[in-house]
Amino acid sequence: MGRTLAEKVWDDHVVRRAEGEPDLLFIDLHLLHEVTSPQAFDGLRKSGRRVRRLDLTIATEDHNTPTLDIDKPIADPVSRAQLETLRKNAAEFGVRLHPLGDVEQGVVHVVGPQLGLTQPGTTVVCGDSHTSTHGAFGALAFGIGTSQVEHVLATQTLPMARPKTMAITIEGELPDGVTAKDLILAIIAKIGTGGGQGYVIEYRGSAIEKLSMEARMTICNMSIEAGARAGMIAPDRTTFDYLQGRDHAPKGEDWDAAVAYWKTLRTDDDAVFDAEVFIDAAELAPFVTWGTNPGQGAPLSANVPDPASYEDASERLAAEKALEYMGLTAGQPLRDIKVDTVFVGSCTNGRIEDLRSAAEILDGRKVADGVRMLVVPGSVRVALQAVEEGLDKVFTAAGAEWRHAGCSMCLGMNPDQLAPGERSASTSNRNFEGRQGKGGRTHLVSPQVAAATAVLGHLASPADLSDAVVSTPAGV
Amino acid sequence: MEAFTTHTGRAVPLRRSNVDTDQIIPAHWLKKVTRDGFEDGLFEAWRKDPEFVLNRPERSGATVLVAGPDFGTGSSREHAVWALQNYGFKTVISSRFADIFRGNSLKNGLLTVVIDQETVDALWALTEADPTVEITVDLEQRKVLAPGIDADFELDENARWRLLNGLDDISLTLQNEADIAAYEAGRPSFKPRTIDA
Ligand code: SF4
Repeated sequence: MGRTLAEKVWDDHVVRRAEGEPDLLFIDLHLLHEVTSPQAFDGLRKSGRRVRRLDLTIATEDHNTPTLDIDKPIADPVSRAQLETLRKNAAEFGVRLHPLGDVEQGVVHVVGPQLGLTQPGTTVVCGDSHTSTHGAFGALAFGIGTSQVEHVLATQTLPMARPKTMAITIEGELPDGVTAKDLILAIIAKIGTGGGQGYVIEYRGSAIEKLSMEARMTICNMSIEAGARAGMIAPDRTTFDYLQGRDHAPKGEDWDAAVAYWKTLRTDDDAVFDAEVFIDAAELAPFVTWGTNPGQGAPLSANVPDPASYEDASERLAAEKALEYMGLTAGQPLRDIKVDTVFVGSCTNGRIEDLRSAAEILDGRKVADGVRMLVVPGSVRVALQAVEEGLDKVFTAAGAEWRHAGCSMCLGMNPDQLAPGERSASTSNRNFEGRQGKGGRTHLVSPQVAAATAVLGHLASPADLSDAVVSTPAGV
Repeated sequence: MEAFTTHTGRAVPLRRSNVDTDQIIPAHWLKKVTRDGFEDGLFEAWRKDPEFVLNRPERSGATVLVAGPDFGTGSSREHAVWALQNYGFKTVISSRFADIFRGNSLKNGLLTVVIDQETVDALWALTEADPTVEITVDLEQRKVLAPGIDADFELDENARWRLLNGLDDISLTLQNEADIAAYEAGRPSFKPRTIDA
């Protein structure tokens, strides 16, 4: 019988297989950041162990880094301690680190792909749930906990139980104005935050094949929000073209050998998935969340749902709690929801294409009075590219704040936070209670919806703008 | 890692589904660089409410958490497990756990017991009616026992063996050094490297 993409990559990394035990998998790339690594290095030190493969390990700083005044000492003592601990550990153990201020610094899941380190058919791990991002290249990429970080540092392997496989097939054309973010939010709303549990999801079908690498990363990034172990997309010409010429992409003969191997990484026609989901791309629309988990979303044209309409008692309860926390009433049109803050950034939507699409909408327009908009590139490289294209000027001319690279407002861990009761439209991936700051209320949106929302001051799509605002050319 | 054979203790009924790791331990606690001292951050937001079940005097010293479905979703932070353990919980019972949380908990010796929702409902009813009632989680027999309740639970043999013996992963893996070295020797040269080694 044929094998799926996930099974092929898995099989190619089995170091040891024994009856009744999890497989021992070799890890090709280990990404580290300051939040989930200190206790792992601590463990190594306590047991007198070293990092087994420094050449397969790389670290960056992202979660705690400020996005303003990055040349000044970090004000928050705890943030500073975490960054200093990573720097100390990297120096002591010899790990390659890109600290704040370095040109390769940025959100770990933006940095790996842009360096060309994330490649098809590799296993990638990081002490971070959004490691699933790297699956966009046809890599098997898992988020792991700190004990596992320590395990990989010490052994370059991980014992893992073989996951089940799920195919999500999206056929057809995405309608105008519908992005990868809308697609993944719609998928999560359909299968639920536990729908992917125990599975590696493979996204496939004509709608996926047409997506750019960056859009594919947006999709795979949020696999974890559907509960999946990982998300994957089969590598193809788009993948190879993205990688060719990058710093760590194979060169010369190695490139040819690599591409020959990568081309074998497709699910065989006779392979069987443990579960299948089908989606018609043509039926999709801009999608936003109204609740406090990423599965609580609806098309922008819909109304806030009535909890009473849920048959499942625990879903009903969850919806009631979500509406209370979010300060929303059942039946209220989503488009009427006013926001205080708009955040464009994160490992979901902080890459150059995301910034371009937000800038395109903001060009010649203004952020609405009383709305604060933060634009935070996912990495320093993304920031430099954006500046080269003049996007930073478009943002500032519109009244948005152009910041330094980092996780920023994706999570309430650095100075960029919502105040209690404040409401945001955010291109990040989590709308949990307090995620963007204590008491903050988050609506997950695409970069396009974020930009249109910033202009109108309420949740909106670019289509809502065409009549409302006359676009004038700006000095790009 | 401490071995887990059987544990008996009073319970905290947490009637909430989809408790994500941000609720278990909010992000600002992640800045600590040690593995202990997280107990005060456990369910921090909810604990501001004096009526929150963990704050009730009759729940003090409880060691068994009985939670709703999809416990531990969201961020992969292992701190969620440490926070539960630092607070004093030895085991968490739910009808469904998020995968990463479950993996983290078993690695740290916090036994996550997956059992049908009916039994969870019964345990809730029992401990709410009488907070002094004790629940036993017996890993040897794979059973949850309480007055009127005798339910089997599943746990794969490997995870069970390691919990029963308190074995840590790294030493187990390093017993396979020869296999790892052989695999490394056979890796193709086109695989990515972060530095020249
Ligand atoms: S951008 Fe957000 S989701 Fe991504 S790594 Fe940073 S905190 Fe995590």
